[in-house]
Amino acid sequence: MIIAEGKPIKEILAMIEAYDKIIVAGCKGCVTVCSTGGEKEVGILASALRLARQAQGKPLETKEITLERQCDTEYLEPMREIVDAYPAILSLACGAGIQFLAEKFRKHPLLPGVDTQFIGVTEEQGVWTERCQACGNCVLDRTGGICPVARCSKSLFNGPCGGSKGGKCEIDSQVDCGWQLIYDRLKELGQLDKLEIILPVKDWSKNRDGGPRKRVREDLKI
Amino acid sequence: MEKFEPIVIAFCCHYCAYTAADLAGTMRLQYPYNVRIIRLPCTGKVDIRHLLEVFEKGADGAYVAGCLEGDCHFLKGNFRAKKRVALAKQILEDAGIGGERLEMYNMSAAMGPRFAEVAREMTEKIRKLGPSPIKKNAERKAHSAERKEEQTAEHITQKV
Amino acid sequence: MKAGSKLEKILSSGGFAVTGELGPPKGTDVSVIERKANLLKGNVDSINVTDNQTAIVRMSSIAVSAILVRMGLEPNMQMVCRDRNRIAMQSDIFGAYALGIRNILCLSGDHQKFGNHPTAKNVFDLDSMQLIQAVKRMRDEHKVLGGDEIEGPPQMFIGAAANPFADPFEYRVIRLAKKVASGTDFIQTQCIYDMDKFERFMQMVRDRGLHEKTHILAGVTPLKSVGMARYMKEKVAGMEVPDEIINRMKSAGKEKAREEGLNICVEQIQRLRQVPGVHGIHLMAIEWEEVVHTIVERAGLLPRPQV
Repeated sequence: MIIAEGKPIKEILAMIEAYDKIIVAGCKGCVTVCSTGGEKEVGILASALRLARQAQGKPLETKEITLERQCDTEYLEPMREIVDAYPAILSLACGAGIQFLAEKFRKHPLLPGVDTQFIGVTEEQGVWTERCQACGNCVLDRTGGICPVARCSKSLFNGPCGGSKGGKCEIDSQVDCGWQLIYDRLKELGQLDKLEIILPVKDWSKNRDGGPRKRVREDLKI
Repeated sequence: MEKFEPIVIAFCCHYCAYTAADLAGTMRLQYPYNVRIIRLPCTGKVDIRHLLEVFEKGADGAYVAGCLEGDCHFLKGNFRAKKRVALAKQILEDAGIGGERLEMYNMSAAMGPRFAEVAREMTEKIRKLGPSPIKKNAERKAHSAERKEEQTAEHITQKV
Repeated sequence: MKAGSKLEKILSSGGFAVTGELGPPKGTDVSVIERKANLLKGNVDSINVTDNQTAIVRMSSIAVSAILVRMGLEPNMQMVCRDRNRIAMQSDIFGAYALGIRNILCLSGDHQKFGNHPTAKNVFDLDSMQLIQAVKRMRDEHKVLGGDEIEGPPQMFIGAAANPFADPFEYRVIRLAKKVASGTDFIQTQCIYDMDKFERFMQMVRDRGLHEKTHILAGVTPLKSVGMARYMKEKVAGMEVPDEIINRMKSAGKEKAREEGLNICVEQIQRLRQVPGVHGIHLMAIEWEEVVHTIVERAGLLPRPQV
């Protein structure tokens, strides 16, 4: 899922300074799973903003709403019913959801309440880590199911580099060396011969480097 | 000029802190009436939203009182509460309310005197800090301010 | 002969090569380069020029290498994959060749987190293995990566790094084999203190016949103090320093530390010369270039061959 981190309250207060009313919009998708922008977090943030503004002597009225998802038009309908009464929307969805709201509610400035970070997994309750960089050209079959783009700090395709020590990356002893993981997994699978192959130069044009991307399924288009 | 009487909300777990409060009562120990107690089955039930809500409703200070660490009736509830209090303190700090207005305490059911001591300690601390910043711009008239605070206190103990 | 450089000539004729290292200045002060180069002149066959080492901005490797060429010396231009994409790298290689540079080392590069611009974007369009392949393709097939013909292909002597002590140890020889298969003409290793482990590594190298397909230069660095020895053991990734060495440096005491460091270095070189498959040494006297002459002289490596 997409993992995001809440922005510092001070930063959000600066963004909403001009408004005395605001919608705080959450999403029941990814940001709920990573406890950043679900119904609960919307409640906490709205409360914190009200307190802060009350202390400043400029009270803030908030409308809390949590949509099923912010990245599908149909799910934005509940927002349509309330949006005219408020001058701006503070969204806690991922960057995609925030932008979609901005496209669909053109009269309302959209403010991001979170920093969208990565595609990742729940390693344990309260801990989420990066797994995928959406490079558009998956090589997981060749690396034992472990991604060299996302999990190697240098995105090497023929790693590890000389800085790998004790299975950890040179940049941080808490970060696993992606290539050590790949080596261990291929060993477990009895596929170490895959490491003898030189992985060719990457086609980065399928990544964001080639420009904003699009996927179409003609058979689904109405 | 009236002396400022803070409103302090105490979230107390049934098994330890609330029982300690009872004991303080039985022992006829004096503690400030400023402290309004909310009984919970376990401090692990406290949510960050509750901790923020009491301040929104007009509390000047609050604390969560649970069992001694390692002795929680539900094993880890007080550890969860400790972490949530820590996060709520940070949020209150960032919001300009002041993280020091919220604290976590631990005590056993037998610690009646400790309950009273904590109640006195927190009340005095909040008194020194003054009214919650959300009130500083509210209009005050001597007797109507007092009445307003009384009503708010009742409201909090009923609703939360 | 691929590039016809001095280094290539010495290695391909079966000689024992000596390479040195020069770190460019953190600015435009050319006198720093001249001073260091003059200390290495006549004591080494060619000089590595680092490329923004540890991600600290220094004068570019290509510029410094060109200055060395102008001074009549031979550079080994290092190129890392951290800062440049394939377009810039191939372009720089054209330029390097035009400026008289003939030896190139293809490296991954330290992560920018270590340097003075930790918020920079890292590139890594290619990794070191792919860069080696690219340079070989430019030299032997006369084509750039994209497929176009090159007007005047760069005839480079291609080098790479190997770290016999990094993890996972079992995999290091396989990775070396991959680099050789990619087209590496010469290899320089990370500095070696654990001779026994290195000799085991070289046995694995010989078992695969890699010593006949590429020239391996063993890395050596003289220790200045017991503090330096300890630092390298504990803080530098991929470095192994046996306790015996630490103890020797410690026993030498403050006054004799440098002397002992030099002793150890010379002994290491003499031992390395006996290891089959080792075709030279890469002497990295970090910020101690003055001592290079003493070391190569005592190790019996002077005079350097004139080719």
